[in-house]
Amino acid sequence: MNALRHEARIALAIAAKDARAELRGRNAVVSTLFFAAVVLLLFGFALGPDAARLAAAAPGLLWLAVVFGGVLAVGRLHVLETDDGALEHLARYPIPRRAIYAGKAIAGLGVMLVLGLLVLGAVGVLYAVDIAAAWPALVATVVLGAVGIAAVGTCYAGLTVRLRAREVMLPLLMLPVLAPLLLGAVKATGAALAGDPFGELGAWLQLLVAFDVIMVVAGAATYGYLLEDG
Amino acid sequence: MKTRILGFVALAAIAAAMVVALFVVPADLNQGDAQRIMYPHVASAWLGYLSFGITALAGILWLWRRDLRFDAVALAGAEIGCVFTAFAIWGGMMWGRPIWGVFWQWEDPRLTTTALLLALYVGYLLFRRLTDDPERRATRAAIVGIIAAVDIPIVHFSVEWWRGLHQTATIGSPDRVLNPAAPGVFVLTLLGTLAAFTIGWLYLMIRRYQLARAEVAHEERVRVERIRAIRAAAPPPAGSTEAAR
Repeated sequence: MNALRHEARIALAIAAKDARAELRGRNAVVSTLFFAAVVLLLFGFALGPDAARLAAAAPGLLWLAVVFGGVLAVGRLHVLETDDGALEHLARYPIPRRAIYAGKAIAGLGVMLVLGLLVLGAVGVLYAVDIAAAWPALVATVVLGAVGIAAVGTCYAGLTVRLRAREVMLPLLMLPVLAPLLLGAVKATGAALAGDPFGELGAWLQLLVAFDVIMVVAGAATYGYLLEDG
Repeated sequence: MKTRILGFVALAAIAAAMVVALFVVPADLNQGDAQRIMYPHVASAWLGYLSFGITALAGILWLWRRDLRFDAVALAGAEIGCVFTAFAIWGGMMWGRPIWGVFWQWEDPRLTTTALLLALYVGYLLFRRLTDDPERRATRAAIVGIIAAVDIPIVHFSVEWWRGLHQTATIGSPDRVLNPAAPGVFVLTLLGTLAAFTIGWLYLMIRRYQLARAEVAHEERVRVERIRAIRAAAPPPAGSTEAAR
């Protein structure tokens, strides 16, 4: 129990470090938010101006914007670690690898939550969708989606950050893995917005929980190997 | 030499299976000749899944045992798996066009799952090429291979639900022929094709493995030669620690 609390403290310290860097330099959140906003605008041009069509497509557009923005955001969080070999230093501390993974993933989760909730609000405004009525289910979906993207993204960003072609490789590897998350989140959002007429919301949220659990476990188990290869 | 014999056996077995599947076995009453696509299609799909499973397993074994031969197996699995998966998708599309009326049926969970599978492992192969050091490459690739493998069941269930939660009607998929109720000749032909393709797959796996080992050995030779050339051009000062390395 004590060991677990120790790991949790390390993870939170790493996450707090990323949060501080973020607040000082605002590397990931602000630029990612603008990117997501631009994506939402472009979807409007691609599918609009028919308001009904945009509203019908809103769950899919919301999650595409969050996923695309998320790939950028988790990538930025790891680029932070390449400065002055910070990740190598982190890897040399005598602390459990899991805790480092958890710390980076919590930082990613923070960014993803801000991004997800703001994009959700923007979708409500831009595509005239009533998000206030179903907000508990929508927030739950955003939280579960954010956990999944952070869990996968932390691992893959760590893998690709040292590559020359990281800007291409990260989305190329991450997006297919995130496909079930995208599918579940879009379905859950659609069900929540429609008032869950078929009673399927719970099943989709369960799918997201399963995805999150599996990816957190897989990430925590493999991240240590990624650190030691220097 | 033994591998070459295996290659000829595979070639003969696949040729025989294809002759039986295309000309000897009667056509399906409902689907006509299009149903014959099912034999190589099912065999390749199964071998694709098998290959990707081997890639994940070999990745775990590399992380555990640190033997680069496992990484060569992982590479062979991913590459051969992509070939068979692509062939399975292509065959499925050729079958879907006359039977479903479209090349691509979004409501078929297997088709969408398999397409994502291909995307996952093409990414794996592209990713592998970006790291030069064989051990780093093996470790990084192992992680990608493991995460892709744990993703496959979630992809499968999500896509199954995606369709299943909305409509109950299912379109007959080619695999239904494996049903015990189907005539025995069809099942036997399918099993024969499966066996023939598996021999061919084994041959390709062995060859790709040998090639991967040769590639690593070559990379190593080039590296050693380059270091020697650098040393010869600029010998380190006497007494330096570099000389001891």
